[in-house]
Amino acid sequence: MRRGPAFRTVQYLFALAVLLFIMAPVAWMVITSISIHRDIITVPLKIIPRHVTFQRFVDVFTNPENEIAHAFLFAMRNSLIVSASVTLVSLVIGSLASYAFARLRFAFRSSLLYLILFTYMIPSVVVVMPLYLVLSRLGILNTRPTLVLLYLTMSLPFVIWVMQGYFGSLSKTYEESASLEGCSRLQVLWHIYFPMARPGIIATAILSFLIAWDEFFFALVFTSTLEAKTISVAIAEFSGKHYVDYEMIAAGGVIAALPPVLVAVIFQKYIVMGMTAGGIKE
Amino acid sequence: MIDIRRQRLSEQRFAFLILLPAAVVIFGVVLFPLGTTFVYSLQNMELISEEKGKFLGLLNYARVLGAPWFWQALARTLYFSVVSLAVETVLGLLIALLLNTRFAGVGLLRVLVIVPWATPGIVTASVWRWIYNPEYGVLNAVLTRLHILGEYRAWLSDPFLAMNMVIVADVWKMTPFAVIFFLAGLQFISASLYEAATVDGAGVFGRFWHITLPALAPTIAIVAVMRTVEKFKAFDIFYVMTRGGPANGTKVLVYEAYLKAFSNLQYSIASTLSYLIALLVLGLTVAYVKALRRGEMA
Amino acid sequence: MRNKTIVIAIVLLASAAGLFAAPVSINALFMKQAGYQEEDIIGGTRDFQAAFPNINVNLTFVPYEQLEEKIITSAQAGSYDVVLSDGPFTAKFAQAGIVKSVPPLSAADAKDIFEGALSSTMYKGKSYGMPWLNDCKYLFYNKKILQAAGFPNPPKTWEELAAQAKVIRDKKLVKFPIVWSWAQAECLTCDFTVLSAAFGGAMFDKDGNPTLTASGNKKALDYMVASLKDGLTNPSSLELTEGDVDSTFIKGDAAFALNWTFQFAEGQDASKSSVVGQVGIALIPGSGSVRSATVNGGQPLSISTGSRHAAEAWQYILYMSSKDFQKKYPKNALPIWKSLYDDPVVIATAPEVVKIAKDQYSYLVNRPVVPFYSEFSTDLQVRIQECLQGKKASDQALREVQAKALELAARK
Repeated sequence: MRRGPAFRTVQYLFALAVLLFIMAPVAWMVITSISIHRDIITVPLKIIPRHVTFQRFVDVFTNPENEIAHAFLFAMRNSLIVSASVTLVSLVIGSLASYAFARLRFAFRSSLLYLILFTYMIPSVVVVMPLYLVLSRLGILNTRPTLVLLYLTMSLPFVIWVMQGYFGSLSKTYEESASLEGCSRLQVLWHIYFPMARPGIIATAILSFLIAWDEFFFALVFTSTLEAKTISVAIAEFSGKHYVDYEMIAAGGVIAALPPVLVAVIFQKYIVMGMTAGGIKE
Repeated sequence: MIDIRRQRLSEQRFAFLILLPAAVVIFGVVLFPLGTTFVYSLQNMELISEEKGKFLGLLNYARVLGAPWFWQALARTLYFSVVSLAVETVLGLLIALLLNTRFAGVGLLRVLVIVPWATPGIVTASVWRWIYNPEYGVLNAVLTRLHILGEYRAWLSDPFLAMNMVIVADVWKMTPFAVIFFLAGLQFISASLYEAATVDGAGVFGRFWHITLPALAPTIAIVAVMRTVEKFKAFDIFYVMTRGGPANGTKVLVYEAYLKAFSNLQYSIASTLSYLIALLVLGLTVAYVKALRRGEMA
Repeated sequence: MRNKTIVIAIVLLASAAGLFAAPVSINALFMKQAGYQEEDIIGGTRDFQAAFPNINVNLTFVPYEQLEEKIITSAQAGSYDVVLSDGPFTAKFAQAGIVKSVPPLSAADAKDIFEGALSSTMYKGKSYGMPWLNDCKYLFYNKKILQAAGFPNPPKTWEELAAQAKVIRDKKLVKFPIVWSWAQAECLTCDFTVLSAAFGGAMFDKDGNPTLTASGNKKALDYMVASLKDGLTNPSSLELTEGDVDSTFIKGDAAFALNWTFQFAEGQDASKSSVVGQVGIALIPGSGSVRSATVNGGQPLSISTGSRHAAEAWQYILYMSSKDFQKKYPKNALPIWKSLYDDPVVIATAPEVVKIAKDQYSYLVNRPVVPFYSEFSTDLQVRIQECLQGKKASDQALREVQAKALELAARK
C-alpha cells in the first residue's frame, strides 16, 4: 500500500517522539546508575556526567563484601526461576481452560468465568494476612514454589480471560473440518488453535512473565531469605531508613530489566506475523 | 439421538477435565483467605478494639459506605483509572499501528517498546520519583534548560499535580502492555480487507475507522477490562512514589485498605473495603462486556 | 512426706531437663542499613551463640519501611521470635497483642537507661520490649555559614535561630537558611513533636487525653508557618524527608537542619559531602523556660506474640542490648546506657556527637503512646500540611486534630 510522503513524515516524527518518550527515562536510569552521588545532585545538572563509575555493577557480580549488591544475583536467579515457571504453567493450564470457555458448552460456563475473574479483582494487600497464616501452618513460607503458586493465582485469571477472547475470535471452519477428519479435541487445540493464536499466546506469555517478574507485595511478605527473595524485594532494600540509594536502585533496575527485554527480543517477531493466509476473520 | 447426547456429555466431561487444573490452583489457594476476609468484613476485627470478634453483620459495609474518606478515595481511584486508561489505550493503539507497518528501524522500536514494561514496578516508581525530585530532579533540569520553567519546582507537593505525575509514570510503564496486545490483535486482520477497501476508495482514516477499529474491538475490550482491574488494584506505584500523600492526594482505595490493615490494624474495615473494591470492579466488568455484546450485535 | 518427695522429684526432673536442654532455634528480624551494621549484628550473634550453645539464632534483615508489615503478618504464626520494633508501634502492638510483654528490668538497669527510651517501651504499666537502638534529632548547623554571618555560636532558642536565619538570608549566604523534613510522613510528626515540646506544649497529657489545642502546640505551628512565610525555610521542605534534608545540608545549601545522628557521619564523608569539617552539631533549641527538646527515634527489641521460645528470645535480647555489645559498636549506634557515655572508648569514636548526645538524650520526648497512633499521626500530618500550605489557620488545624484524636480515643 502506497502512502503519501506527508504521511511518511508524520509517521517518522511520531516514531521519533515515541522513541524519546520511551527511552528518556531509561537513559536517565542508566546515567544515574553509572554516576557518582555528588555529580548527580549538582545544580545546574549536567546530563552527561563528568565522572563515570561501573563499580555498582562490578559489586553486583563479583563483590561478596558488598552484601546487598551481591545478594542481588541470588534474587535474580529466584526471579528468573519463578517467572519462567509461572509462565510455563500458566500457558499450559490457562490455554486448556480458555479453550473450554471459548469453545465448549457446559453448565455454569459464564458464571465460572466471572468467578475466576472475581478472585483476581480482590486486592491482594488484605488477603495477605489469612494467606500467611495458612501457608505458615503448611510450613511452606519462604520457598520458590510457594511464590509460583501465589503468582499463578494472579496470572491464570488474566491468561484465561485474554486467551478465551482470542480463541473465541478464531474462525470455526478450521476446527470443524479438522474434527470431521477425525482429529480429537486436543489435537485440534495443538495443531490449529495454538499456531493461529500464536501472537496472542506470545503476548500472554510475556504478560505472565512480567506479572511474576514485577510483583512486590507478596514477595515482600512471604520471603525472608535469599532462598526465595525476588529482585523486586532486593531492589526495595536499597532504600535505607533515612535515605534512598537512587543510584543503586537504578543499577538494579538496569540489570533487572534485561531478562524480560531479552524474552521480548526473542519473541517479538512472533507477535507480528503476516497473517496473509486470511484464515481468520473473513 | 443417543450419539448427540453422548457427545454433549463427553463435552461436559472434557470441559471439566481441562478446567480442573486451573480451578484447583485458583480456588485452592485463594478460597480460604477470601472466605476469611469476607468473614472479617462481617465482624469487628479491629485488633486494638476490646470488642474484637463481635459479629456485626453488614454494619462495616454501612460504615464504609457512609464515610467521606471512602468516597474521596473512590473519586481519586476513578480519576486515576479513567485518565490513565484513556491515555494508555489511545497511545497504545497509535503506537501499535505504527509498529505494524514497515519502516527502517521498526524492529528495534518493537523491542524497545517493551523496556518500560520490563522494568520492575519498584524501579519505575523510584526512578520517576527521582526524576521528579524538587531539588535535583532531571525533569526540573531539562525544563529549566529549555526555558520552559523559570526555576526548579516541586512536582509531588500539590495533591492534584502529584496524582497527575503518578499517572504519567504509570502510563509510561503500562502503555507497552496495550501496544503489545493491540499489535497481536492487529495480526488477526487480514490484509485483503485493507486492499479491498483501498480499491473502494477508502483513505487512511476511513480504513482505520471501518476496518481496524471494529476488528480490534474485542481486543480493546479485553485490554480495557484487564487494565481497569489493574488500575483499581494499583498499589506498588503509590507505595513507592507518594505513600498516599500529599494531603491524601494520591490515597486511592487500595492504599486506604493497606493503611487500615497495617497501620491501624483495622482488619475488618480493610476487608470490607477490599470486597467493595472487588464488587465495584466486577460491576464495571459486567458493564463493559454487556456493552461489547451489544456493539457486536449492532 | 509425700509432698516433699514430689517436690524433689519435680526439681530433679526440671534440672535434668535444663541440663539436657534440646537445642532451640530462634528467628530474629532486624533492620538493614541503619543503626548497627549487619556485620555488627552477625558478630554479636555469633558471640551469643558461643556463650549459649543450645540456642541457635537465624537472622533476617529487611529495610526499615518493611519492618511493620513483616511483624504484623508474622505475629500470629510466630515466624520470628525476636523482632526489631519502633517506638511509635509499642502501644498499638501491645493493645493488639502483636508482641508479648517482657519482664521488667532491675532498678539498677532502669536507672542507667535514658528515661525517654525506657518509657517508649511501656504501655499501661507493662513493658513490651527492650530499648536497643537509640536515636534522636539534633540541631545541625553549618559552621562556615554561621561564622560568615557573624555568629560564633549556634542559637539557644528558636527565636534566636529565626533571627540568625534572617541575617544569613539577608547576607545572601544561602537562599533558604533552614531546611526541614515536612513531607506528609512520619518525619513531619517528629518535627512537630520537637517544636511542640520546645514551646512547652504536649499532644497528649499523662492520662492519654489529647491536648492538641494547648498553647504550646499553637506556638509551634505558628513558628513553622512564619518561618515559611518569612522565607527562612526552604519551601521544598513540604516534600522532603530526612534523607533529602541530609542531601541538602551536606551540599551546603542550608545553614540549619534538624536531623537524626546519621547526618553527622554523612557530613564528614568526603565522597558525598561538600561541607566536611563544617558540620556543627548542637542541642536543639528551646523556648522560654524549656532548654531543649528532641524526639525519640529509638527502636526496641520485642518478642513476637506467636513465639514459642520466649525465654530464649529474651535471653538473646538481653545479650544484644548488654553494655558489652553496645560498647563494641558505638560508631553506628549510640548506646542506651547512660554510663557508657563517660566511657573513653565510646567517646573516642565520635567525640563531638557523644558529648552532645549525653546532654540531648535527657530531653527525649516520645511521640504519643496511644494505640491509635498511626491514624492520629496521619491526620496530624495532613492538617499541619494544610496549615503550612496556607489553606487553614493554625488554631483551626489543631482543633480538627483534637476532634479527630477524641474520636479515635473514644472508639471502642
